[in-house]
Amino acid sequence: MIEVRDLKKNFGSHTILDGVSFRVETGESTVIIGRSGGGKSVLLKHLIGLLCPDAGEVLIDGEEICGLNERQLLRVRKKFGMLFQGAALFDSLTVAENVGFALQREGKPAEEIKRKVTEMLDMVELSGSEDKKPSELSGGMRKRVGLARAIIYQPQIVLYDEPTTGLDPVVSDSIDQLILRVRDRLKVTTVVVTHDMRSARRVGQKIMMLHNGKIYVTGTPEEIFNSTDPVVHRFVNGISVPKEHYF
Amino acid sequence: MNFFANRIVAEWLEGLGRLALLSKEAISSLFTFKASARDFIYQLYYIGVKSQSVVLVTGAFTGMVLCAQTYFQFHKVKMDTATLAVVSVSMCSELGPVLTALMVTARVGASMAAELGTMKVTEQIDALRTLATHPVDYLVVPRLLASIASLPLLTAESIMVGIISGYLVGVYLLGIDPAYSYYNMIRYTGGADVVIGIIKAFIFGGIIAIIGCYKGMTCGEGAEGVGRATTEAVVYASITILITNFFLTLTLTELLRYL
Ligand SMILES: Nc1ncnc2c1ncn2[C@@H]1O[C@H](COP(=O)(O)OP(=O)(O)O)[C@@H](O)[C@H]1O
Ligand SMILES: [Mg+2]
Repeated sequence: MIEVRDLKKNFGSHTILDGVSFRVETGESTVIIGRSGGGKSVLLKHLIGLLCPDAGEVLIDGEEICGLNERQLLRVRKKFGMLFQGAALFDSLTVAENVGFALQREGKPAEEIKRKVTEMLDMVELSGSEDKKPSELSGGMRKRVGLARAIIYQPQIVLYDEPTTGLDPVVSDSIDQLILRVRDRLKVTTVVVTHDMRSARRVGQKIMMLHNGKIYVTGTPEEIFNSTDPVVHRFVNGISVPKEHYF
Repeated sequence: MNFFANRIVAEWLEGLGRLALLSKEAISSLFTFKASARDFIYQLYYIGVKSQSVVLVTGAFTGMVLCAQTYFQFHKVKMDTATLAVVSVSMCSELGPVLTALMVTARVGASMAAELGTMKVTEQIDALRTLATHPVDYLVVPRLLASIASLPLLTAESIMVGIISGYLVGVYLLGIDPAYSYYNMIRYTGGADVVIGIIKAFIFGGIIAIIGCYKGMTCGEGAEGVGRATTEAVVYASITILITNFFLTLTLTELLRYL
């Protein structure tokens, strides 16, 4: 279970998060939507202790993580898997070494790592890329390697930062299916940040919209997609506010 | 004006504090053996083995020019056979360790800062943390260990090459008497000079790795940040080495006087 209480974060004089509060139950999948640059990635990084809030609390299974030091956080982070927006693959390692990284660090035997890596790469439709370097992959392929790396060790909580952005619709759908399978098979608590409304509708049991540094609205996908609130309606239907026309 | 001065001092002290915390973290991690042997060996190869050419050339030409210049001066007062003693003592306790450390800083300190800095700006260090791996265990400790292990060996190599090439230049080019030169060299080079050089090399090895890694891990945003981190790593490590060297010479000479 993840609980966030009144989280505030500034970068310099720039307020990014201005009192965010929410709760994600164990085994539940929550989608966070919101404008680009609205602080979704920043919020996600607070959940796993990569950033420290200026005020407020983050509780993971009831444990406050903001006061922990880097070494104590390692124990909490064992529960987590995270897919970064830019995949953040280790570019000095091959695809297989990236995916097997966590298992390798735990000291698992080489055959077991190899078998699991093959299985995971098959799941994200990248069989045969084991020995490639991340620089040889396209953006979408990197994202899938990042996804495989985040879920191979079967964490209890998985955070996905824009898992389907930049993927073609078919692969997007398979990634959504994978997120749901991972959630259901192991009762994984899932938080997905996305702009992709199709994906949000498919994977979210609950959708939250981050707007102006606060959770603007929370609801089931039906509630959000049928909302009459102008801000939400414009966002989910992709309607911009008309500006002065220069062209 | 006063405000800026305060800020510069405050930032400087803050940086020093963070550097100290990183060193503490690295040293405590060092003693709990969390680093992997494979990474250590790779770093040892990269820092130790691959730095040899640079270090050998530096050592050889320093020894040669030192011998020539000392000879030119000593020849005026008819002290030709003391030339090699000066070369040997200076190579062992000062020039060997310092020049080796400076060359390794330029080669290895810079690459550590650039590598870790790039990892920082591409979120790879954050990714490491999400995979329950402490960046100090995985990145800093193997580099620190390898650097501490390599520098004394590289320094010894550079001292040896420096003295040999000095000898060759002195005897075959400048025509100093080999027997007396050799005798004087052995007579005036104490065990303490060699020990001082090696102790210094250990310490310089630590300085290079810690400052290189620190600058990389605290690197600013983007390509510009990586560039600046690299420059600062080289500049700060070089200056720290030169300043530390002075104080090490004073204290170690005093401590090892009776050796
Ligand atoms: N480390 C940082 N330092 C300063 N500003 C940051 C940092 N990380 C993010 N920001 C700022 O926070 C805002 C939100 O960023 P982000 O969370 O990446 O948005 P998004 O919702 O698109 O994921 C942006 O304006 C960005 O410039
Ligand atoms: Mg983002």
